[in-house]
Amino acid sequence: MKKILAMVLALVMALALVACGGGNKSDFKVGFITLHDENSTYDLNFINAAKAACEKLGVDYVIKTNIGEDQSCYETACDMADAGCKVVFADSFGHEPYMIEAAKKYPDVQFCHSTGTRAHTEGLANYHNAFASIYEGRYLAGVAAGMKLQQLVAEGKPAKIGYVGAFTYAEVVSGYTSFFLGVRSIVPEVTMDVTFTGSWYNEAAEKEAANKLIQGGCSLISQHADSFGAPTACETAGVPDVSYNGSTKDVAPNTYIISSRINWEPYYEYVIKAVQKGEKMDPDWTGTIATGSVELTELNTDVAAPGTQEAIDKAMAELKAGTLHVFDTSKFTVEGKALDSYKADVDSDEAYEHETEVVSDGYFHESEFRSAPYFDLTIDGITLLDTAF
Amino acid sequence: MNKKEPLLYISKRESITWQKSWMIRGIAILLALVFCGIITMLLTGLNPIEVFSTIFYGAFGTMRKSWVTAQKLAILLGISLAITPAFKMRFWNIGAEGQVLIGCLACAACMITLGGKVPSALLVLISLAASLAAGALWGFLPAIFKAHWETNETLFTLMMNYIAMQLAAYFIIVWEVPKGSGNIGIINQNSQAGWLPVLGGQQYLLTILLIAVLTGFMYVYLTYSKHGYEISVVGESHRTASYAGIKVGRVIVRTMVLSGAICGLVGFLLVSGNDHTLTTTLVDGRGFTAVMVSWLAKFNPIGMIFTSLLLVVLERGATEISSVFSLNHSFADILTGIILFFIIGSDFFTNYQVHFRKAKKEVE
Repeated sequence: MKKILAMVLALVMALALVACGGGNKSDFKVGFITLHDENSTYDLNFINAAKAACEKLGVDYVIKTNIGEDQSCYETACDMADAGCKVVFADSFGHEPYMIEAAKKYPDVQFCHSTGTRAHTEGLANYHNAFASIYEGRYLAGVAAGMKLQQLVAEGKPAKIGYVGAFTYAEVVSGYTSFFLGVRSIVPEVTMDVTFTGSWYNEAAEKEAANKLIQGGCSLISQHADSFGAPTACETAGVPDVSYNGSTKDVAPNTYIISSRINWEPYYEYVIKAVQKGEKMDPDWTGTIATGSVELTELNTDVAAPGTQEAIDKAMAELKAGTLHVFDTSKFTVEGKALDSYKADVDSDEAYEHETEVVSDGYFHESEFRSAPYFDLTIDGITLLDTAF
Repeated sequence: MNKKEPLLYISKRESITWQKSWMIRGIAILLALVFCGIITMLLTGLNPIEVFSTIFYGAFGTMRKSWVTAQKLAILLGISLAITPAFKMRFWNIGAEGQVLIGCLACAACMITLGGKVPSALLVLISLAASLAAGALWGFLPAIFKAHWETNETLFTLMMNYIAMQLAAYFIIVWEVPKGSGNIGIINQNSQAGWLPVLGGQQYLLTILLIAVLTGFMYVYLTYSKHGYEISVVGESHRTASYAGIKVGRVIVRTMVLSGAICGLVGFLLVSGNDHTLTTTLVDGRGFTAVMVSWLAKFNPIGMIFTSLLLVVLERGATEISSVFSLNHSFADILTGIILFFIIGSDFFTNYQVHFRKAKKEVE
């Protein structure tokens, strides 16, 4: 028995050496945890940014895909810390509590979580959240969609669009509302139907949802769910689609117009550089158009209406100049009334109270009090077909 | 007439020693590894030795990895032990997935609704009782229908999985925080109310010990107890059992309640001891993998330790491969598939003997 044990131990040590010896480019190592793999547009967007940032800065990295929002996230994060990673990133909302547990366990390692909400109240020096003002990107994508819709309406199609959402979560609500406001800046009479799949990644459900919207008379579709389901359904039905997280031109060359995405590269670079220099980091970082975090992917000129690029450029310039605000309270109503005041749930406490006043100076201040979106109102013109999720 | 003997023919083995049967399996695993090596080289150009050492590293490379492997082993073994009495009785319970999940749901329900209202130790006991009861109910329903109306247990248990899954999905929406996120998060993260106590600083130790005790219990129960004997007789033939004075219906119901309750226990261990959350994917297909574990070990609880170890190591290693070599997770699944194919295939050689014409001696 002892002999066997000794042999096993020897083998473990030999293999451990082999496994550690492989290709260390740099002594600075970064870990990335993603919920799905590159088949999900959402995770692919993170994976690409991770690779680009690490290669640019010449640091070693390890990416673990398909990590669930459960104990395996904690174990993977700790595993990365054990393996010498100085920073660990995770990409999905449900990873947050497990990242916090890992941050408590390894105070010398930085844990950065995208889309999370708790870093600014948790009081952990080594736990951070990040997001971007993607509602601005959504708005600009909405402008491109509006240009197309204007063309379609002129051809006699209804001024109605559809949106496939994942959950009735603030991030999704903020996304479809800003997209809708972008469209409405071009086509004032537009209405929008929204349906939810109850999953961030479910190709069949997203396809089905898109088909349901198309059958319901929607002339154009956009989505906030992470598979190629909705773009594929649009391509089959020949309905224009505004995508998210990255270009879907490959699967939908005849219907893809444009897509907005968060470019995580600037954030990753910011964190890695700060850790290398030993500088303090923002517990809650918001990327903007200015930081290069909010991007539009290539415009498909074969599908987009003429003049789209010009319209986008104009709106972009106004957003940058601060003369245009996406959630301008003069541009939308809630239950027929203008929004003068709204308390949003910014600080995560046990009761999830709505405690922070976010309307002032004539607009709703999205992503200013914390990075993750908190716009969770249903504005007039948008119809939620189902709210089960 | 000179009738020619065929080139090779097959005959059923009368019996086989355990050494021989494990030797055949060993050869199968070895062949599988060689085959995997060839496939790896052809498809990726990687050094197969490096791939295999990475599998090993993924499962046992660090203390943490070894503990996680042991925990996963315990959970898979626990579910396998749960379904074994039913399978031995030839009651095809493929509802372990749902029986575990409903146990998870019951445990999470107690932790969420009673967290902070009762002392943590009491809450653990209440959750345990609720999980056992929920699992037992999920086993009882198909059994009572089978015993009284001869319903098909395979379909029944399978459908019960979906009911459990939908219930879990429903309650996740009820309990989600914040609204619309589809996430429960860690239950009682700050108070740790209802969390299984941590022994000796190792979170998973208690789970592992409990499953170890359960393994011993199940071995004794199946091999030496009257119940175990009744289960084997019912498995052989319902008529023989009736003739021998065994109440078949009662044995079916009793065994399935036990089966379900143990699944419920595993669900409790998952939520209270491991994940501290509820998701619809918490069981992660292990209710079905357990069928393979149990079957490969020929329903022997001790053998199941090895078969579940094999599957867990493969799974853990596969995940490691996909990240170390930047391969898609599917490649790891291909390797696991090949290895399982060889192992299951080797069953043929433990049940049958292959004879060649020329050779006087028997060849395997």
